[in-house]
Amino acid sequence: MSDENKDGKNQREPRSLEDITYAPLTRRSFLKAGLVATALTTGGAVTLSPIKELDQPLSIDEFLQKHYEELTPQHMERIISRIKREIKRDYKIDADISDTKPTPGVEFAYALNIGRCIGCRRCVYACMDENNQSRDPEIQYIRVLEMEKGSMNFETSNHYYDPETVPAKNKFYVPVQCHQCDNAPCVKACPIKATWQEPDGIVVVDYNWCIGCRYCLAACPYWARRFNFAKPKIPKKDINPKMDYLGNRIRPRGVAEKCTFCIQRTRNGKLPACAEVCPTGSRIFGNILEKGNPISYILENKRVYVMKEELQTFPRFYYFFEK
Amino acid sequence: MIRDFIIFQWRIYRLSFIGSKLFYTWMSFLTFLTFVGAYCYVRQFSHGLVLTGMTDQVSWGLYIANFTFIVGLAAAAVMLVIPAYVYHNKDLHDVVILGELLAIAAIIMCLLFVNVDLGRPDRFWHLLPPLGKFNFPVSMLSWDVVVLLGYLVLNVYICGYLLYIHYLGTKPNPLVYIPFVFIAIFWAISIHTVTAFLYVGLSGRPFWNAAIVAPRFIGSAFTAGPGFMFITFQIIRRLSNYKISDEALRLLRQIITVSLMINLFMVGCEVFKEFYAESAHSSSARYLFFGLHGHNTLVPFIWFAIFIESIAAIIFLVPRLAGKFVYSNVACFLSIIGIWIEKGPGMVVSGFVPTPLGEIVEYFPTLEEALICIGIWSLGILIYSWLVHLAIPILSGTFRHKPLKSQTIAE
Repeated sequence: MSDENKDGKNQREPRSLEDITYAPLTRRSFLKAGLVATALTTGGAVTLSPIKELDQPLSIDEFLQKHYEELTPQHMERIISRIKREIKRDYKIDADISDTKPTPGVEFAYALNIGRCIGCRRCVYACMDENNQSRDPEIQYIRVLEMEKGSMNFETSNHYYDPETVPAKNKFYVPVQCHQCDNAPCVKACPIKATWQEPDGIVVVDYNWCIGCRYCLAACPYWARRFNFAKPKIPKKDINPKMDYLGNRIRPRGVAEKCTFCIQRTRNGKLPACAEVCPTGSRIFGNILEKGNPISYILENKRVYVMKEELQTFPRFYYFFEK
Repeated sequence: MIRDFIIFQWRIYRLSFIGSKLFYTWMSFLTFLTFVGAYCYVRQFSHGLVLTGMTDQVSWGLYIANFTFIVGLAAAAVMLVIPAYVYHNKDLHDVVILGELLAIAAIIMCLLFVNVDLGRPDRFWHLLPPLGKFNFPVSMLSWDVVVLLGYLVLNVYICGYLLYIHYLGTKPNPLVYIPFVFIAIFWAISIHTVTAFLYVGLSGRPFWNAAIVAPRFIGSAFTAGPGFMFITFQIIRRLSNYKISDEALRLLRQIITVSLMINLFMVGCEVFKEFYAESAHSSSARYLFFGLHGHNTLVPFIWFAIFIESIAAIIFLVPRLAGKFVYSNVACFLSIIGIWIEKGPGMVVSGFVPTPLGEIVEYFPTLEEALICIGIWSLGILIYSWLVHLAIPILSGTFRHKPLKSQTIAE
C-alpha cells in the first residue's frame, strides 16, 4: 500500500522502500516508533485491566494437572488437598473429598415408573442438595417434563409447570436425567476424553481436564449435560461437604457437568438421592449384575420404553408403565 | 544466509509501519476495534461465559457461528490454487498468494473464535496432540484441531517460502513448494468437510444430522470465499500498482456464479426434505423458516438471506450486467452477507431450537459477545491487510534484498 510509485504524488518521502528500510533510524522514525509503542502499550494496559476482576486465581498445579486416568494415588492425594484448600477459600467450608473407585462385578442401571411419578420434583431438589449444584446460575440435573396424555411428544410438554397440586389432571410426568449410555454420543464427541464411561456404567467428567468446549452438550440427545457459565454460587448452608472427585465436589467455572447416579453414594452402597427421596417409589436403582436385582426383573416383566431408542445410545435408564 | 533472513525480518518490521495516510488510518481503526474486542474478552475471561447470551439450551452462539463461516473463507483460497497450478492458468498465478494469505488470516480468526468460546482457555494444551489426551480419531473436534493447525502450517510455509524467494530475487524451486500446494488443495477441502462433520455427526440433532450439510458447506464456502477475494483484489488493484488482470477476476466471477447456483439449489433441497413430509425431526427447520410455537426471531433473517442471495444470482446470470464489475461487486457483497446469515446463526443457532427435550429457548448475543466477534474480525482483516501490505512490494519487485556490499545509506 505504498505510494512511492505514484510519480510525484507524495513529495515527503521520495526515497525508495529499500533505502528506507535499510537506512538507520532517524529521529523522526524513532519518535514515530515511540508514538506507536505508547499507543499500543496504553491500549494494551486498558484492555488487560479487567483481569483484576478474575474470580479465581490461576494455579500452576491446576494448569499442569494430568488427566484423571493418568494420576497416581499420590498425585490424587495432592490434588484433593489442593481442591479442599480452594473450596475452603471460595466457599468457606471444610470439604471431605474422596475418590471412590468402582467395585468389580457392579454395573448400575435405573428404572423409572412413569405410571407412578406425580411430578413433585422432590428428586430435582434432592439432587441439587446432594450434588452441590450452582444455585446462581441455577443448574438442575433432572428435568421433569409434564406431558399431555395420549402422546410422547416432547414438544408439547411443559418444563415449567407450576399447578397448585400435582399430578395435574390429564397429564403424566417424565423426569429426564443423564442415561449413562453405553454408546454415549457425549463420550464420542469430547476431543480430549474429559468424559468417559467407567466400568460400573457411570459416565463421568474430569472437571479439572474439561476445557469447556461444550461439544458434549450439543451431542447429548437427552439434554442431560450442563455447563458452568459462571463460578457456581451456593449458600454455605446448602453445601454438602461429603464430596467425591468425579462426583459432587463443587465444580470450577467453565466446565461441563451432569448426573453421575450420585457416584459418591452408589459406590458406597447407597441409593442415589433422587431414588431415595421419591415419595411414590417410582425410581428403582440397582446393580444389574447382581442376582435378583430389581432392574432385571423390570426388564423381563414390565412394559419398558427406552427414550430415543432409535439413536442406539444404549442407555442404562429405562422407563416403564405400571400403576 | 541466516543474517539475510534476520535483516529481512527487521525490514519487514519497518515496512509494516510505512505507508500512505489511508494505510495508517485503516490500520489504526482496525487496531482500535481489536482492542475493544480484546477488552471485552478479558472481561469474559475474568467472569465467565455468563457474559454471553449462551445457555445450556443454546450452548453455541455467535462465536461458533462465525467460526463456521470463516472456515469456509479459509478453504476457498484453494479455489484459486486449483486453476493456477493444476491448469497452469497464467492470470491466476498473480493472485494465488493473495488468496493463500487470506487463508492464513482466516485460520487465525478461526482459532481465535474457538478459543474465545472455550470455558477453560487456560487449559488449551489439553487439545494439542502430543501433550494432551487426544480423542483422535473418534471425536470430530479432534480432527478439526489437526486439520486447522495443519492448514495454517501449510499456508505459512508455502507463502513464507514464495515471498522470501521473491524477496531474494531468485527463482522458486518447484520441488520445495509445489507438492505442498497440492497437499493444500486436498487439505482445504478437508478443513471444511471436517467442520461440517462436527455437526453431521450428532445423531441427537436431526437438523444437522443430514448428508447435505457437508456439500452445502462446500457450496457456500466457494461462493463467499471467492466473493470476498473478488472485492478485495479490486481494492488492492486500486490502492497499489499491483497487476491483477481482468481475466483473473472474471474467472473468480465464474466460480462464484456456479457455486451460488449450487448453493441455492441445495437450499431448495433442504426445504423440500424438511417440509414435504414434515415430521418432528423438522422442528428446527420450522423454527428457522417459519417460527415455532410463536418463537420466530430467526425467520426474517433467513428469508432476507435467501432473498439477497437470489438477487445476487440474478445479477450474476444476466449477461448485460457481467461487463462492469460494479454489479458483480454488489452481487458478491449480497452473497457474502446472505451466506453468513444462513451458515452462521441460521444453521448453528437453529440446531439448538428446540432442545432434544422439546424446549424452546431463543438466543440473543450480548453486547460483549458482539464486540468480541467484531474484535476478532478486525484482527483478521488487520492481519490480512498487513500481509498484503508486505506481499505487494515483494511481489512487484520494489522490496528486494540488497547484498550488503553495495548497500547505500539514504541521502
